[in-house]
Amino acid sequence: MTAVFRPVGRIFLDFLATAGRIVLFMSNGVSHCLRPPFYPAQMLRQFLDIGFYSLPVVGLTGLFAGMVLALQTSSGFERFNAEGAVAMVVALSVTRELGPVLAGLMVAGRIGASMAAEIGTMRVTEQIDALTTLSTNPFKYLVAPRLLAGTLMLPCLVAVADIIGIFGGYVVGVYKLGFNPAGYLSQTFDVLEPIDVISGLTKAAAFGFLTALMGCYHGYHSRGGAQGVGAATTNAVVSASILILCFNYIITELFFGI
Amino acid sequence: MSASQPKIRLKDLRKSFGDKVVLDGIDIEVGEAESLVIIGGSGTGKSVMLKCVLGLLTPDSGVIEIDGRDVLKMPGREREAVNRRIGMLFQGGALFDSLRVWQNVTFALMQQESISRSAARDRAIDKLAQVGLGSQVADLWPAELSGGMQKRVALARAIATDPEIIFFDEPTTGLDPIMADVINELIRDTVNKLGATALSITHDMASARKIADRIAMIHRGRIIWAGAASEIDASDNAYVDQFIHGRAEGPIQMEVRR
Repeated sequence: MTAVFRPVGRIFLDFLATAGRIVLFMSNGVSHCLRPPFYPAQMLRQFLDIGFYSLPVVGLTGLFAGMVLALQTSSGFERFNAEGAVAMVVALSVTRELGPVLAGLMVAGRIGASMAAEIGTMRVTEQIDALTTLSTNPFKYLVAPRLLAGTLMLPCLVAVADIIGIFGGYVVGVYKLGFNPAGYLSQTFDVLEPIDVISGLTKAAAFGFLTALMGCYHGYHSRGGAQGVGAATTNAVVSASILILCFNYIITELFFGI
Repeated sequence: MSASQPKIRLKDLRKSFGDKVVLDGIDIEVGEAESLVIIGGSGTGKSVMLKCVLGLLTPDSGVIEIDGRDVLKMPGREREAVNRRIGMLFQGGALFDSLRVWQNVTFALMQQESISRSAARDRAIDKLAQVGLGSQVADLWPAELSGGMQKRVALARAIATDPEIIFFDEPTTGLDPIMADVINELIRDTVNKLGATALSITHDMASARKIADRIAMIHRGRIIWAGAASEIDASDNAYVDQFIHGRAEGPIQMEVRR
């Protein structure tokens, strides 16, 4: 009997230990975001890397998500003679769900992986130890700028993805499905409430924070050379993606649950 | 403060990782402006000991005194002040590969005092000259340097703040015998010029003889022999004899299955 329960208990305890370590890592990282000294050059680099260089990926994601959404809803709603709802569905789904989730997942792949690989390599080549001996706190120098940049830049990216996504829906709606351009736009603006966009941007901030946290945490604790860095990178992307989907539900529940 | 007070003193230092005892009561003293080299095989606890003194690892018990004060009981800020007087040369150099050579060399200076970029670059070129590198190296990236040059840059970085104590972790690993000797000479010279206290760990006997005033041997987490560098050939200690002559047969049994 114990042979059955022992592995279960082990996995559960390991899970709790990891969760505890992540929470400690997070509180340490966040506290260093608020206390000087700050490293403006490091922050600028992260803001550029996350915000600017992710634009093409996030823009394309938004564009095709909006386009396919228009196509699918129109072919589905045709059966109920409700093609008029296409603009509404595109606007709401993109701002509330698809914009933040898809952009978050793309950024988790792009940024989470690069953070874990960079910090992990610094760990295994003793560069993180070297930072400490050169009187620099690695949390301030490496972790804090990434957490800040992730949290602040992803909402900006998602705002862009929202606009491009709605534009994608508009292009398909007007040029392929033959809707009236003015009608499509006015329907979009009629249905959108500030809360739709705000909830999406709140999600984006949370997803950016989670992605940066997972990238930093797994990189920081990687060990054992190239293989260890590879494992850290995989873990960072997988855990960030799962946390994004999980927190997407929680935040939706908080905003729109009754 | 008495004149005979050692610069660094370790008393009964212990550290275990899980069941594995790595440091089993280390006692050693390093005098002011003395160069102590600790020799020992792989996995005998040399690196762990050094990391404990640097504050990268926290020992389970024991005392680490620098200038007669226990650094383990110091508040964080004082500990940082002590660390600022310590320089460290890492085994692989641990140069920051995202920064140019001159930025690496003056990294600690830039953190500690407000100094303009051009002034910092001049300081870096000064320090590079001290380790025999020309000013054209200053603007290269660490990845563009050979192993020997990386070691020299790392040495320049370690001495950039004129530390009172310098640690050397396997300074000659991965270098050809001639470059190893050049680095040994350089270490000897710079330590003498600074009047610094040096603590090195190595398994390279040629290096140990060259840079040591005193040599101590570590085995299974304990110091089993210590004495002047000139006495090591007449130590009358079977372990030391086996090590300095590099014999497979003797009291030290490598954990190898045959």
